[in-house]
Amino acid sequence: MSKNKTVRFLNGKVSFLFDRRAIKVFSIAAITAAIIFIISTGIGDMKISPLSVINVLFGGGTQMEQLVVTSLRLPRIIVALMVGMSLAVAGAILQGMIRNPLASPDILGTTGGAAVAVVGFLAFFSDENNALTVSIKWMPLAAFIGAGVIAILVYILAWKNGVSPFRLVLIGIGVSALMQALTTLMMILGPIYRASQANIWITGTVNGTTWDNVKILVPISVILVMIALFMTRDMNIQELGDDIATGVGSHVQRQRIFFLVISAALIGVSVAFAGGIGFVGLMAPHMARRLVGSSFGALLPVSALIGGILVMLADLVGRTLFSPLEVPAGIFTSAIGAPYFIYLLFRTRNS
Amino acid sequence: MMAQAIETKELTLSYGESIIIEEMDLRIPKGKITVFIGGNGCGKSTLLRSIARLLKPKTGSIYLEGTAIANMSTKDVAKQMAILPQSPVAPEGLTVLQLVKQGRYPYQTWLKQWTKEDEKIVNDALKATGIEELKDRAVDSLSGGQRQRAWIAMTLAQDTDIILLDEPTTYLDMAHQIEILDLLFELNEKENRTIVMVLHDLNLACRYAHNIVAIKNKEIFAQGKPEDVINSRLVEKVFEMECEITTDPLFGTPMCIPCGKGRCILKQRVSAHA
Repeated sequence: MSKNKTVRFLNGKVSFLFDRRAIKVFSIAAITAAIIFIISTGIGDMKISPLSVINVLFGGGTQMEQLVVTSLRLPRIIVALMVGMSLAVAGAILQGMIRNPLASPDILGTTGGAAVAVVGFLAFFSDENNALTVSIKWMPLAAFIGAGVIAILVYILAWKNGVSPFRLVLIGIGVSALMQALTTLMMILGPIYRASQANIWITGTVNGTTWDNVKILVPISVILVMIALFMTRDMNIQELGDDIATGVGSHVQRQRIFFLVISAALIGVSVAFAGGIGFVGLMAPHMARRLVGSSFGALLPVSALIGGILVMLADLVGRTLFSPLEVPAGIFTSAIGAPYFIYLLFRTRNS
Repeated sequence: MMAQAIETKELTLSYGESIIIEEMDLRIPKGKITVFIGGNGCGKSTLLRSIARLLKPKTGSIYLEGTAIANMSTKDVAKQMAILPQSPVAPEGLTVLQLVKQGRYPYQTWLKQWTKEDEKIVNDALKATGIEELKDRAVDSLSGGQRQRAWIAMTLAQDTDIILLDEPTTYLDMAHQIEILDLLFELNEKENRTIVMVLHDLNLACRYAHNIVAIKNKEIFAQGKPEDVINSRLVEKVFEMECEITTDPLFGTPMCIPCGKGRCILKQRVSAHA
């Protein structure tokens, strides 16, 4: 059987070439994500069987079950899934654009920018009694603005007759370091109570997510991921290098800005609602690449699912392993992510 | 007058302040193989890159079949002219088919990613370069010669009359160099495609080119059939090297034998000691 499947319809007005293996991997990942979603929803202080969870999702179950599932667990699990997807897609786009599998959302300084904004928000809007003078609901907005401002700053600083991926990385790393310093400075100068609150946020957690958060995050993430999926051909060509991409008639610089905006927005919206969950944007696309190869048509959807699975798992472990103590999900993604990163460095050392 | 595939008028190229090519009027004939030669840093690659619109000219203009490239949409240019830059790198795990397919980029839309025509032209490109069997292999797992064939297949899939290649034989061993050049020659013969390339090896340039452009001091030093333009005076001026020119015993094209010191160095050393 051929490795690829040709699909043509409407008299040849629509035509695609699918990789059979990618379709298989995508289906398995989608089913896995669904299973984890349901199991995770059932696990916690009150255990609910997967079948009952499905029952509740379709409006059945006892009142108690409904309360636990819809009010307490669903929002955070949906956010975990969405944040994982967004970070993974952003990471995949950046890795392709920078043409380096070790690139990750953190190196653009976006996460750092969001962290500064959040710490700044907590410091500036506290009164003498350490009470916030504005609603905490505005914190995601601050994070999003921080991420956006830094993404634009990095882009402007990297500009020199167009933006080369190499300059982008160097400037990004520099700005990230600066952001980290600013974050630390503000945490030391600010009230101690705020410092620990900020710290949990910086580590990344989906604890305390509300339906209001879900209502903002889900449409933004879904739309951005859809746009990214429409651009996979352009990402493929850009990954062959600027010369080849220009040679086949692609608008390299124009598309690069577009990819940056999409990935910065995906990172910004994730960071805004779940803090700095680390390493997902690095790991998920990399795992996907090993499973389905480098073609973005397959890579993006599979990365997204793996990213969602990773963050849902990290959240599940974080809230059950040391129960009743809650450990932020970001700790677990970093706990797997950091060794994985070292393994990657070790593996590429010989090539 | 013979039809021109590419023409430059008063073309000046620069990197920052330093001028690389100055007010060059170049004509590249249609349906022929043209090879740029010259010493390191003479600007032959820069010239090729500017023709391929990878580098913006400082002043002057470039015409593609009579139309100024600056006035054409980049996709329309891509349908007439393909470029294979020097030593391109494919992402890890990308298969040959996935690579070659991307040559169809200027013809595709999101809904039309794999038309019957795309399929036919990609298959033809794989066949012409002899890598049909390798289409599901990862590009980075291939040998140097096979990899270069895959990239050439990609430029063929672009289905253009003109193909530009920047040193297509760099990093290849002698056998693979010949293999690639034979392939390009055949493409020119059979399909009448215009081929423009930069080559380092003067003898291979003489063998495969219909038209040689020697570049020196920011301008064209000489242009024409290898038999007409290659002589020891040209090599001395363009490459700053003494040589003798003989005839290639197989093809009758000019062949350059560098003088240099060679084993004389040994004798000199002996006499210095004596």
